[in-house]
Amino acid sequence: MNGAVPVNETVEAVARAHRDEWARLVGSLARRFGNLDVAEEAAAEAFATAVARWPTDGVPRNPAAWLTTTAQRKAVDRLRRENQRDARHREARMLHDDTPPEPLGLVDDDRLRLIFTCCHPALAMPSRVALTLRLVGGLTVPEIARAFLSQESAIGQRITRAKAKIKAARIPYRVPSADDLPARLSGVLAVLYLVFNEGYLASGPGTDPVRQDLTAEAVRLARLVRELLPDDGEVAGLLALMLLTEARREARVEGGELVTLDEQDRTRWDAALTAEGHRLVRERLVAAAAGTAPGRYQVLAAINAVHTSARDVRDTDWSQVVALYDQLARLDPSPVVALNRAIAVAELDGPEVALALVEHLGSDLDDYHPYHAARADLLRRLCRDAEARAAYDRAIGLTGNTAESAALTRRRDTLR
Amino acid sequence: MQYLVSVIDDKTNPGRDDREPLISAFNERLIADGHWVFAGGLADTDAATVVDNRGDEPMLTDGPFVESKEFLAGVWIWEAPDLDVALALAAEASKVCARKIEVRPFL
Repeated sequence: MNGAVPVNETVEAVARAHRDEWARLVGSLARRFGNLDVAEEAAAEAFATAVARWPTDGVPRNPAAWLTTTAQRKAVDRLRRENQRDARHREARMLHDDTPPEPLGLVDDDRLRLIFTCCHPALAMPSRVALTLRLVGGLTVPEIARAFLSQESAIGQRITRAKAKIKAARIPYRVPSADDLPARLSGVLAVLYLVFNEGYLASGPGTDPVRQDLTAEAVRLARLVRELLPDDGEVAGLLALMLLTEARREARVEGGELVTLDEQDRTRWDAALTAEGHRLVRERLVAAAAGTAPGRYQVLAAINAVHTSARDVRDTDWSQVVALYDQLARLDPSPVVALNRAIAVAELDGPEVALALVEHLGSDLDDYHPYHAARADLLRRLCRDAEARAAYDRAIGLTGNTAESAALTRRRDTLR
Repeated sequence: MQYLVSVIDDKTNPGRDDREPLISAFNERLIADGHWVFAGGLADTDAATVVDNRGDEPMLTDGPFVESKEFLAGVWIWEAPDLDVALALAAEASKVCARKIEVRPFL
């Protein structure tokens, strides 16, 4: 122990330990005690103890070891109490893990087990998101409720139910086998991407249009998965996609209005995040040249790399962007991808060609506000003002994002 | 760990009727691999009778306890070390039976 330290330094030390050690702590407790409830509560109690003790005792030389010892003691105490209350009940709650650690050629890390368990496909998507943010991200229930504009009780119940299903149905606490890994990993990445997207374009009227807390958390979790699975192309792709998107955050909102890519002040893009994203994309391009076919996150990251490589929107290599969208459409032939491809086609072949492509998508995307916004912009560029106005109205009616609504309204009001 | 595995059929969109040989072969494998505990197909829901003796005397009702488009066509009980193993088997079972499958753990 180093003796008493200033309070703000201690607060900083606890926050840093929380950021760095929470997932590892919960993961190792879950494996050791075979119970997610015990792991979560013992980890939370250990941090509460740190908050109470470190200001007077000083920050321990090895905070991780101190937290592990403290949390294990808390877990043992709790299990002993429960054991006395009802031994059989406790046994029924045990998670199952009698698999010997297998030499998978993978990093066999408790945090990875934790992530795959929280993102198990037998859990509903909102449960996976809440459980991942709580157990891996270390967010509190009120923080998660705020992030998704839900009631705390609803989020708490969701997490409790998910943990109960993991126990009752015996969802295993392990890293999937090499055969199952790609499919299971894509489920994990979907959870992280959903968290990021909710931050990128927040859907509620009562919230900031861009939720940096959520995008930052998603980036942090993606970095963690990348650290644990450094050779996976889609993990690198998703992280790059997030970084290149996050790099533009400062320029995306101006005076409460969403600013489209072509109108953003590119000097405000974050150079460090852009550079890191470009490094990851280059790494994947080398792998692709060596014959590893890229997945959709890698292609999306490459598209963003083309955009962020242009110092001025007029320097954008649109033929490259369209070619990448062609590649993406082969992986994911969805109407949303076709819409984004059409928007790029407008820059290469003109708005008339693009509008013809967009009109085909109306039956599938009638409830999707970006479809109406894209159509409105194309009609505006073709001076078909009355139709553009109607399309802007549809888009404004459908978007839940305040800054996007403001930007669409301004563009609509420039029409004659 | 045991799981109740329900085969769900759909009255408006019934599964195919030619699955017996495939199901038998699948059952042989379940037995060989130590997963098989019990299997049984069920007669039509019209053949069901509901008995309620919570009151003074038993009340009999003709038909299933709940009328729905989807109904239970058969059940298995499987022994499996964890849900991942049960879900992988269920994915095969769904193909073999050409029907949806529900996997539910016993307490």
